Amino acid sequence: MSSDLKITYSRKGMSSVTKDQIELNINGESYEVLVQPWWTLLEVLRDEIHLTGTKEGCSNGNCGACSVLLDGKAIDACLTLAVEAVGHKVTTVEGLAKNGKLDPLQEKFVEWGALQCGFCTPGFLISARGLLDQNPKPTEKEIRLALAGNLCRCTGYDKIVKAVLDTSGQPIESTYNPSQND
Amino acid sequence: MNSFTYESPKSLQEATSLLSQQSGVIRPLVGGSDLIDQLRTNRKQADLVMDIKSIPETTSMEFDANGALHLGSAVSCADTYANPTVRSQFTAIAESCELIGSIQIQNRASAGGNVCNSSPSADTIPALLVHDAIAVIASAKGLREIALNEFFTGPGKNVLETGEFLVKLVIPNPSANSASHYLRFIPREEMDIAVAGAASFVTVDSSGTCLQARIALAAVAPTPIRAYEAEKVLTGKIITEDLIDEAGVTAAASAKPISDVRGSADYRKQLVKVLTKRTLQKCLRTLK
Repeated sequence: MSSDLKITYSRKGMSSVTKDQIELNINGESYEVLVQPWWTLLEVLRDEIHLTGTKEGCSNGNCGACSVLLDGKAIDACLTLAVEAVGHKVTTVEGLAKNGKLDPLQEKFVEWGALQCGFCTPGFLISARGLLDQNPKPTEKEIRLALAGNLCRCTGYDKIVKAVLDTSGQPIESTYNPSQND
Repeated sequence: MNSFTYESPKSLQEATSLLSQQSGVIRPLVGGSDLIDQLRTNRKQADLVMDIKSIPETTSMEFDANGALHLGSAVSCADTYANPTVRSQFTAIAESCELIGSIQIQNRASAGGNVCNSSPSADTIPALLVHDAIAVIASAKGLREIALNEFFTGPGKNVLETGEFLVKLVIPNPSANSASHYLRFIPREEMDIAVAGAASFVTVDSSGTCLQARIALAAVAPTPIRAYEAEKVLTGKIITEDLIDEAGVTAAASAKPISDVRGSADYRKQLVKVLTKRTLQKCLRTLK
């Protein structure tokens, strides 16, 4: 482990175990947290740091509700141990707005009404942000590919795709036909 | 999740000495997309999770003086398929890395992890098999090498012994006039597990005669398999559409699929025929 401080405690029915103090960089801020090595980044974000924007859906890497950026790349926080994030920059949905101003992507999600219940939205915003940071003018096919790891069970995906296209400053003309995929 | 301890060794030596000191079940960790889920659902146990992503040998992707690709076992799928040389010279491997899971998974998971998880339906394995990949395995005794086609022993099973982990895959430089492709069938557009998959690798000479053909299949046997008989159909001949048809039929005959939720055995054999043909046709188009 990368830290020196270890605090031992015991829980009913468990032998004495050791928590590790780790430092996590989340949305540009440093957090010192005591974690168990088997706690996922998702659990630590939500239950220890109380950044509950990141959602738990399937917990096995299918739904993408727990997406966060790790050094700018979208990953599933449910499949990542908190200890693995030490030394890396984590961005959650709470880190997208800057100085009280929404990320342009968030603005476009609002404009397009690209959500209904909103549960999947943080994950979509993170995946789309990860895409646009690496590829500022993605094609519709590239957007759909980048968002394939995020499930929405309410709205369908068209408004989400349009919001991302709009954010990138590109015209919205959906001619994409998945069956013509090569 | 059940409790375990976690270590992140910074060198091969640190990792192997950790392996030799520890008792209990040690699980090497790379992307976590298989392992974390397996640990959470109690399909696998661990006393120690050994994160190998801080070891230089596992995280490097480089080409040696002979042009062989040394693909560290922790190099992410996304980094693998983003490499222009991998895309042009080791095309089937790039294509298979690009098919696995979502971008979120591809940013973490590696071909090496896909190999160690040893699922019969693993997408990267047929691609690595047709490229004659070699697995380099570390333990406290040192390094050993094994051809990847001797690596798999059953569904989720392989030759890795307690105290061993995969350091890298070494993939020989394909000779001139070679091409490779991987295709799989899934009922969805993305984010699915192969009902069947096929990879082909073809080398031709200047007259178009096939010098070498290798074909490998996913999800149609207890392990990923080579279709040796189908390869023989092509070797030494000018590849025609008729020969490609024959290779497809022969590959289907070598498949030993089961019927399950993803498809019946008969359906899988049909898929092997079609996918084998299409990968071979794609190889010929690339070679033109």
